Amino acid sequence: MSKKVHVQTRINGEEVEFLCEPRQSLLEVLRDELGLTGSKEGCNNGNCGACNVLLNGRLVNACLVLGVEVQGREVTTIEGIASPEGLHPLQQKFLEHAALQCGVCTPGFIVAARALLDKTPRPTEGQVRHWLAGNLCRCTGYDKIVRAVLDAATVKKGKR
Amino acid sequence: MADVKEFKVVGTRPIRHDGTDKVTGRALYGGDVRMAGMLYGKVLRSPHAHARIKSINIRKALSLPGVRAVVTGKDLPDAADRIAELGEGAVNLKYLGNNCLADDKVLYKGHAVAAVAAVNAHVAEEALSLINVKYEVLPPVLDVREAMKDDAPLLLPELRTTSLGQKGDKPSNVASHFQFKKGDPEKGFREADLIVEREFFTATVHQGYIETHNATAMWNPDGLLTIWCSTQGAFTVRQQASELLNIPVSKIKVVPMEIGGGFGGKIRVYIEPVAALLSRKTGRPVKIVMTRAEVLEGTGPTPGSYIRVKIGANREGRITAAEAYLAYEAGAYPGSPVGAGAMCIFAPYDLENAQVDGYDVVVNKPQTSAYRAPGATNAALAETLIDEIAERLKMDPIDLRLKNAAKEGVRRVDGPVFPRIGCVEVLEATRNHPHYTAPLGGPNRGRGVALGFWFNVGLKSSASASVNADGTVSLVEGSTDIGGSRTTAAMHVAEELGIAAEDVRPVVGDTDSVGYTDVTGGSRVTFATGWACYEAAQDIKRQLCERAARLWEISSDDVTYENGGCVSRSDPSRRITFKELAGKLGDTGGPVVGRASVDPQGVGGAFAANIVDVEVDPDTGKTQVLRFTVVQDAGKAIHPSYVEGQMQGGSVQGIGWALNEEYFYDSKGVMRNASLLDYRMPTCLDLPMIDTVIVEVPNPGHPYGVRGVGEVPIVPPAAAISNAIYHAVGIRMNCLPMSPGKVLEEILKKG
Repeated sequence: MSKKVHVQTRINGEEVEFLCEPRQSLLEVLRDELGLTGSKEGCNNGNCGACNVLLNGRLVNACLVLGVEVQGREVTTIEGIASPEGLHPLQQKFLEHAALQCGVCTPGFIVAARALLDKTPRPTEGQVRHWLAGNLCRCTGYDKIVRAVLDAATVKKGKR
Repeated sequence: MADVKEFKVVGTRPIRHDGTDKVTGRALYGGDVRMAGMLYGKVLRSPHAHARIKSINIRKALSLPGVRAVVTGKDLPDAADRIAELGEGAVNLKYLGNNCLADDKVLYKGHAVAAVAAVNAHVAEEALSLINVKYEVLPPVLDVREAMKDDAPLLLPELRTTSLGQKGDKPSNVASHFQFKKGDPEKGFREADLIVEREFFTATVHQGYIETHNATAMWNPDGLLTIWCSTQGAFTVRQQASELLNIPVSKIKVVPMEIGGGFGGKIRVYIEPVAALLSRKTGRPVKIVMTRAEVLEGTGPTPGSYIRVKIGANREGRITAAEAYLAYEAGAYPGSPVGAGAMCIFAPYDLENAQVDGYDVVVNKPQTSAYRAPGATNAALAETLIDEIAERLKMDPIDLRLKNAAKEGVRRVDGPVFPRIGCVEVLEATRNHPHYTAPLGGPNRGRGVALGFWFNVGLKSSASASVNADGTVSLVEGSTDIGGSRTTAAMHVAEELGIAAEDVRPVVGDTDSVGYTDVTGGSRVTFATGWACYEAAQDIKRQLCERAARLWEISSDDVTYENGGCVSRSDPSRRITFKELAGKLGDTGGPVVGRASVDPQGVGGAFAANIVDVEVDPDTGKTQVLRFTVVQDAGKAIHPSYVEGQMQGGSVQGIGWALNEEYFYDSKGVMRNASLLDYRMPTCLDLPMIDTVIVEVPNPGHPYGVRGVGEVPIVPPAAAISNAIYHAVGIRMNCLPMSPGKVLEEILKKG
């Protein structure tokens, strides 16, 4: 077994330390070492987006990042999207629009959409479809997901 | 049975009870199971599409530090050579076992051969490379028509063709041939003024759920086995595990975790018995999670097929005869959905003369599993012939369909007589939709329509509902929830008791906590599990009336339940609400639990139609879907958002099947696109919004008129898109997928 590396990072606003093998992906570390199972594994090679997290604010597939790479950086996972005051507008709109069926792609979509709205607060339908093209959903046909994201974008900035 | 009734909850759109868990990442899926001392399992799979296993040496793998156990096919008890019903298709248990861990032969690339349990997944993976399997490689057969030839390589030496009920005497890859016949097709074709005949080749496609298969098993020293897994049916997993491991069902508890999609592909077991064997050997919980490549190469795709269809019509547009030949690839073991395809192919039409011949054929590909209206999408390519007839008769294609549409009392080619159905209403709503007459607005654009049928199933469901003192209800039902069905189930209880959907808290039970419930499949959950919940609510109402009678010291015959409470028939001023009475249960005899198990028979079939606009790029052959409308008869939409969601999701799976998705095999039978990059399912960038029209022709066999909505939307899209491509660029495609290369080839051929 290869030697474990000590990593210090921030996850969802909190200081976190962990040990991991150099070959372990960030996704594996989040799920297996830290118990943050909200990020899902759909393909483990960057094609489905179910493991989307923000790394220093940038959208990445956690399965394509190594655990050791987050040393000194800041990670936001689906567990960090809601606040103690309640759900993020994206989460609320996903519920209101019935934008999930099985729900396994949902964490990835919400993290990805959050990254979009951070950058482009009032996206067009085309921009939403372009941005979310890295997230696969097999249940919904995307219609209600796109509507939920467009609707969340109309919620006042201070509330999201 | 369905009467016109005013609904308060049914037809509304409450937010799903499990929603917050799912948008915050808290919901626990099978892959999220963690246990003390848990080991990780990995499966060794055959690199060959067809080979005899000469030997398996596991010694080196066992000696790798961190490895705790290795199992092979020899560790599985010999399963009986008999058929078990799995809820959406029957399976031979011997084949089921051999598919989980190969016996003496591997029949497809990806066939499971051995499995390892180790302290982590990386060590388990390393150990796989240390297992030494010696194979005698055999030639594979990968195409249904090749496999049917007399000199084809044989997969299963013991297999004999069952043809029209008679078992053959020589080995064959054709497992069965059956025929449905009605009237006199030869006579019908003689009466036709116009006959069209076409053949189709469709590729193997996968259900494509985003969550891969997973199972965690703990086999305790007391002989009790618990399996936590992602499944469409906890009880079918229990039954299959019981049969394959040769232990009684009473020794097995299956806990269905949240499930990340199934579409028919998570009914058959793959790794559940393997994890159980590894747990028995190690005394520890063992978890196996498939990789995406394992899912594509080793689990249930839906078949590639070869189809010939011939339809004759007279000048007035009446179909005089129809004939179809369907040959479906079962994959490694018999059991393709060709029967269902044959039941559906001509079902939308009132035919006097028709014949359908079906062939179930084994090939060196993974064993096929159910996929949303299994077999019907392939068969619905017959709709392109209807379009061709309409064009040649210069008739509107919907008018032609209406002229021949199936109605109540019409007998299908495969025998059943239709009860009240919504075929005509769906066609009329399609014709009346503004999309149907909207301008196309550009060159190389075309519009296609198609119609599809799926019969739906009923099967068994159970529910129990406990009244809480605060006037809410805790509901336990047995259908794993893939699209919001626990909320739909709760809405039945809320409707009957006259309370809010939010005041019913639904839970999907494990096999020890709820009565027997068949799989989430066959579009049956709202129909049958909803019905069980409806009956459980009736049980509560009966008990509450007795309690009210006791409070009022009157006869319970004098009490009825209406508008959310009990009321005295003789003195309607005596009234107590559900909530008030719920608070008094402790003083009137103790808790009230309503329960029901149902096996409803009044299944109502469903029709769906599509209008689709496409633009075909004449330089590349790429087809872009510009606009898509799906019209479907739901009978009664309990939660319209979820009905729309099924219609949209099914349509988009149909679009993917039509345009992109296919297994690419090389000549050795190796799938060359076993990733989600290369097995290309639609992304949101490929699609427009999917417009939905819910038609409600109540199913007379259900208290609310429910039909079932999950499957039929995948049936018409491929045919509708094929028709649209024809109207865009004048080519009739004879294959699925209609990928750019194939479309371009046809465009170039046409010149």
